[in-house]
Amino acid sequence: MFDTEFFNLGYLDRLSYQDTFIHRIDPRIKLLSSFMFIVAVVSFPKYAISGLLPFFLFPVLFLALGDIPVRFILKKILVVSPFAIFVGIFNPLLDGQPVLDVLGFTVSLGWVSFASIMLKFSLTISAALLLIATTSFPGICFAMQKLRIPKAFVAQLLFLYRYLFVLMEEAMKIVRAREMRSFGKRGKELKNVVPIIGVLFMRTVDRAERVYNAMLARSFTGKLYSTKPYALTTTDILFIIASAGLILLFRVVNVTALIGKWTIG
Amino acid sequence: MHMADALLSPAVGTTFWAGTLAAIAYCSKRLKETMDEKMVPLMGVLGAFIFAAQMINFTIPATGSSGHLGGGIILSVILGPYAAFIVIASVLTVQALFFADGGLLALGCNIWNLGIYPCFIAYSLIYKPLVSYGATPGRIAFAAFISGVVGLQLGAFSVVMQTLLSGRSELPFGTFVLLMQPVHLGIGIVEGFATAGVINFIKSARPEIFESTFSARPLAADISLRKVFVGLLIAAVLTGGMLSWFASTNPDGLEWAIEKTFGKPELPEHTQSIASSLKKIQESTSFLPEYAFKKTENTEAPKKEEAWPNVDAGKSLSGVVGSSIVIGMVLLIGFSIKAMRRRI
Amino acid sequence: MSHHFVEFKDVHFHYPDGSPALNGLSFRISHGESVGIVGANGAGKSTLLMHINGYLLVASGSIVIGDLRLDKRTRQDIRKKVGLVFQNPDDQLFMPTVFDDVAFGPLNLGIAHDRIAERVAEALGTVGCLKLKDKPPHHLSSGQKSAVAIATVIAMRPDILVMDEPASNLDPKSRRQLINLLKVFEHTKIVASHDLDLILDVCKRCIVIKDGRVAADGPTKNILSDKVLLEENNLELPLSLQNNHEQNSTSIEKNIPKENTAMNELEKLNHLLHHWKEHNDEHAETYKEWASKAEQLGKNDLSAALNKIYGAAKNLSSLFDEAMKKSA
Repeated sequence: MFDTEFFNLGYLDRLSYQDTFIHRIDPRIKLLSSFMFIVAVVSFPKYAISGLLPFFLFPVLFLALGDIPVRFILKKILVVSPFAIFVGIFNPLLDGQPVLDVLGFTVSLGWVSFASIMLKFSLTISAALLLIATTSFPGICFAMQKLRIPKAFVAQLLFLYRYLFVLMEEAMKIVRAREMRSFGKRGKELKNVVPIIGVLFMRTVDRAERVYNAMLARSFTGKLYSTKPYALTTTDILFIIASAGLILLFRVVNVTALIGKWTIG
Repeated sequence: MHMADALLSPAVGTTFWAGTLAAIAYCSKRLKETMDEKMVPLMGVLGAFIFAAQMINFTIPATGSSGHLGGGIILSVILGPYAAFIVIASVLTVQALFFADGGLLALGCNIWNLGIYPCFIAYSLIYKPLVSYGATPGRIAFAAFISGVVGLQLGAFSVVMQTLLSGRSELPFGTFVLLMQPVHLGIGIVEGFATAGVINFIKSARPEIFESTFSARPLAADISLRKVFVGLLIAAVLTGGMLSWFASTNPDGLEWAIEKTFGKPELPEHTQSIASSLKKIQESTSFLPEYAFKKTENTEAPKKEEAWPNVDAGKSLSGVVGSSIVIGMVLLIGFSIKAMRRRI
Repeated sequence: MSHHFVEFKDVHFHYPDGSPALNGLSFRISHGESVGIVGANGAGKSTLLMHINGYLLVASGSIVIGDLRLDKRTRQDIRKKVGLVFQNPDDQLFMPTVFDDVAFGPLNLGIAHDRIAERVAEALGTVGCLKLKDKPPHHLSSGQKSAVAIATVIAMRPDILVMDEPASNLDPKSRRQLINLLKVFEHTKIVASHDLDLILDVCKRCIVIKDGRVAADGPTKNILSDKVLLEENNLELPLSLQNNHEQNSTSIEKNIPKENTAMNELEKLNHLLHHWKEHNDEHAETYKEWASKAEQLGKNDLSAALNKIYGAAKNLSSLFDEAMKKSA
């Protein structure tokens, strides 16, 4: 389980360093449009369904233009779904009033709101995943810094990102060594895990010491500089205008209903 | 117990984001004033440690499920609450992006729930007063345990509040609290044991780590107990106050409170007044034209007893057709881009 | 311009738990030398390296680097002269991308932001890793990480390059590339390693440390073919010398050192001459600049005098050339 998580993380990280149209868009633009997208989706009322459907255009575009494997993203969405399902599933149980007839089946209001939660869930989670799959993490940090997020926090994120993979690998080695000698459940009790975490912790503190040494050796005096000379391109501006426009359009006009009416006549 | 975007309303989501950002800004400022430059790499690497340590899971006795280390208390013990909060916030940010835990809007709530309560309430008001300089391992374990449990309880309660204020879920307050609090009591107890164990392990193996930490300021022994009581009292008042306020106010009162708090004229999706507000939406916009809702006058009346004679087959059909076409078009666009890219 | 030598004089150091790490360590490394530091685990190699850039401060004795005596006040300046490459590139590379990491040192030195990219490109070009610029360190192979770690240090243009186990964790090909890279550097080099073949390839001089003291100091070939000395220090003959010994009998073993000594001394002399000549050339250029500056200021007599100095320095250069030819 640890191995899978670790490799998934690495895979997602590698995806973010591809070079496609979507990857080249400025991180600030992608961060802002993702937020607009999420707020727009979440702002739909409790029973909205049809109005949400056009929003799937965005993840589909990101997946297609950014060369992101669909199955990988779907799997990741499934993995995190339990909490939303757990909370949402009470809606059909508690709210059973019938609301509409679909091809002979009566659907209760609770099911409608549950479906709405699940649609919102897929849209918002895929927005987060696709943002990181198409934008390198340092890029996102850079965007945050430009958007006036405190520097101490951004620096913290960058260090965390840098040592995430190093420490995960170290932890994975320890976990593997444990699995090899623990035969099933035994060895995973709390009393055995505490020393493992403790050892990992002490190694981490030692590493921090060495890293600090390396920083001092290169004249670190407590200040972290950044040098990114990014400037927004015309494509970036067009991208944000187009996505903001579409998000607004989909939010205000129910495109699905319009198409439905127009087809049926 | 990560809060999820889909359960949030924009008002609740952005409010908690604002609170979280303010806390980050405040902590950054505090750190800037007092920081030892050595803290920069230490915080970063410890963040990665928490991330990695949370993936080493252990079996929870008698349940067969597994738990992991919560980071707030340990980090506060090593780094002090301000730096610990920044580290927790960074860990949750990376989790929200790479693991999609919760989502980006809910991140504000999650940092609040898992950062503010452990670092500033559980640690500052419970752990620290209990553990004076040179405390015994038993006392440290007790303090770590209690503060771990309290921190998580407050966090879980906060999830309940955020969900209810958002009004996306039908779960009544009482049921939700009864579901969340005991589950997180169990998790909290195990996490509390783990935290206590790890702190004592490090303390016996490498005591100098604690002596050189940035939070280890000796406290006078005589004030400790009083401080603990104050801490617990605040926690209790906070919980109890919110509970009783919630229980005593009627739905209209809640709506009024939301209006006061968030400055929005209405949260039309609120649970108790679905029908009337839905009607309003239908009148003003065309969000849900395919649903033929029946107007109900009395919001409190059990709706199941009402007949719904006017389910408009034509309208629901148009909804289904429209939806199919939209989904079809979206997929078509995706596939054709893929196909075109492959050819190039 | 200062002359960058490294001098340890009777250096003592105890760790907080009381265990002695350096016990009267003394040596002098002059400009342009390449020196290997070898010794058993716990002999004091790492402690020595931590002293060179002032992370640890001497308990007694003195360390002089260039014209500065190392103490609390001078250590910031000494860190600009001494580039330290750590054993584990994951400790050395702490920034999120290669570019940021290489830029870290120069930025701290106060290099203007618009000139940073140039500096970074130059350093990465030297180690042949320019195309890795935008990658995060965790996407690099071990060999790439080592090369980039060296680039982060040379981007600061140090006078002295100090390396701790530069080739540990490298596959043979990457190790060979690293050795070739190190051979090209003209910095004063100090390499601590258990990889004696690497030391043999890269360093002309070798110092053996034992119990925090210098146990032997001399041309690398002599030191590393001294079986007894090596075994006393938990070391072994380098592989490239082992074959020699098996094939040829002991008579050669005795002969090699003598010849080698003479050859090495000569090589060293040639090497030094080369470097001092370079220095002289640099100085000469500086005098010329001064002369033209004086001319601009209208001080023609000063300019003439300076031009004379320039001429004399040029003469000195040709004398160096002559000496170098004869020592070659």
